[in-house]
Amino acid sequence: MSYSEKLLDHYDNPRNVGALDKNDPTVGTGLVGAPACGDVMKLQIKVGADGRIADAKFKTFGCGSAIASSSLATEWIKGKSLDEAESIKNTQIAQHLSLPPVKIHCSVLAEDAIKAAIRDYREKHKPAEAAE
Amino acid sequence: MNVEATTVVNGAVGKGGLDNGGGRNRPHTPIYLDYQATTPTDPRVVEAMLPYFTEKFGNPHSRNHAFGWEAEEAVEKAREQVAAIIGADPREIVFTSGATESNNLAIKGVMRFHKDRKNHMITLVTEHKCVLDSARHLEMEGVEVTYLPVQQNGLVDMAVLAAAITPKTALVSIMAANNEIGVIQPLAEIGKLCRSRGAYFHTDAAQAVGKIPLDVEAMHIDLMSISGHKIYGPKGMGALYVRRKPRVRLEALIHGGGQERGMRSGTLPTPLVVGLGEACAIAMKEMPAEAERLKVLRERLYDGITRRLPEVFLNGDHEHRLPGNLNLSFAYVEGEGLMMGIKELSVSSGSACTSASLEPSYVLRALGVEEELAHTSIRFGLGRFTTEEEIDYAVEQVVSAVSRLRELSPLWEMAQEGIDIKSIKWAEH
Repeated sequence: MSYSEKLLDHYDNPRNVGALDKNDPTVGTGLVGAPACGDVMKLQIKVGADGRIADAKFKTFGCGSAIASSSLATEWIKGKSLDEAESIKNTQIAQHLSLPPVKIHCSVLAEDAIKAAIRDYREKHKPAEAAE
Repeated sequence: MNVEATTVVNGAVGKGGLDNGGGRNRPHTPIYLDYQATTPTDPRVVEAMLPYFTEKFGNPHSRNHAFGWEAEEAVEKAREQVAAIIGADPREIVFTSGATESNNLAIKGVMRFHKDRKNHMITLVTEHKCVLDSARHLEMEGVEVTYLPVQQNGLVDMAVLAAAITPKTALVSIMAANNEIGVIQPLAEIGKLCRSRGAYFHTDAAQAVGKIPLDVEAMHIDLMSISGHKIYGPKGMGALYVRRKPRVRLEALIHGGGQERGMRSGTLPTPLVVGLGEACAIAMKEMPAEAERLKVLRERLYDGITRRLPEVFLNGDHEHRLPGNLNLSFAYVEGEGLMMGIKELSVSSGSACTSASLEPSYVLRALGVEEELAHTSIRFGLGRFTTEEEIDYAVEQVVSAVSRLRELSPLWEMAQEGIDIKSIKWAEH
């Protein structure tokens, strides 16, 4: 199985590796996958005052395709509104990285990770919205 | 003759780029560390084979002319060479296309011949797929199969085996050495037990022949599968040892001209047969020194990695193990992701991701290795042309890639924070 240049670049030079304080109210954390299945992604977003994603970080346990998919996801969501970020489809990630068919689940996981991080952020802000 | 042969090897290997030459520290890459998958054909083997493609091309079964006699003579010499390495009689060697065919012939052949009287066989859950699949196939024909578990170190529990044998047991098929974790089963004990209980003992010795001493008499082995390409011989070539005294009866899988005493019809591929014979002769002569050298290199690899990386686990018994096999789990780092990080090293992974399924290695799972650790395993296979420089380079590559990927791993982060990964409710997918 051979991998695309873009995928290898993300694997060799992953963007936005790291962690944000998960207790920070402006941070949303998504943790998806399972160790027993061979991949776990943690993706975090920090939302700015303008409602856009000011920063994103990830850590991934998984194969090269999983690492590259999550790295790409953080790159894409930065600067986007939550609604825009939420509309990213796994097929776009798979296409950009030219993932082979057996690796499509890695892009699905990346999409799930984005959605989970946004969901976590929104959960944190629910009471505020309700009070409004 | 020997001196000349050795010169050829050095020359050819140097040309192949495996030789380190010039005392540089960085060996030529990629580095082949997958000797349990296959081995390069030894240049001395290739040299022995070559004449039988061209000028000595006769059909070894042609009884009426010089070309046939010449080929037959070469085939019979090879038969002696193969028999010698396992302490057998040449008449007990049946040439096949490889260990997969040998395993099929031994298992299906014996069970189909005997199943009217004895329709039970025993094997291990850690056997090679071709043994397990042959057994599954026989189940559909009404044969009863017992798949025995192994202990945590990968070895069969003799008490469990003894309890599984019944008067209906025709065959016990237990591999000599495992292809993934390299563990060596107690063959002599198994052989003795089977003999005393009236069951035939077949062993898949594809990984063991030429690597460890084998003796079909001392070990009471009735059938043994042999592979060419695992022992620096040609691919597409193998053999099955079938005991004559007491005679093991089996039903052929391939019918035709009745070659190989009716057990395997088809014209013998003389060049490949010669190659297998030569590979056995070389292995027999060099095994003691080679095994010692590989053991030292393997321990160098193991110590080099574990001294610098915490939470690295050895899969399979350390002592009862092929000299050239090391199978390690690197906790918190997924195996295929790691392989991409050490792409200059040609190794194998027990991770699911290398196959279309999401199941990690069934061999590691049978040892009780947890799924998450099974996903992090790498098999290093060392062999005849592995050098110390290559091992030192491999240690550097592995340590640096694992360190980098752990920094990237959310599981490593949790472990450092003292979070028990098992306490988290994961969504299995």
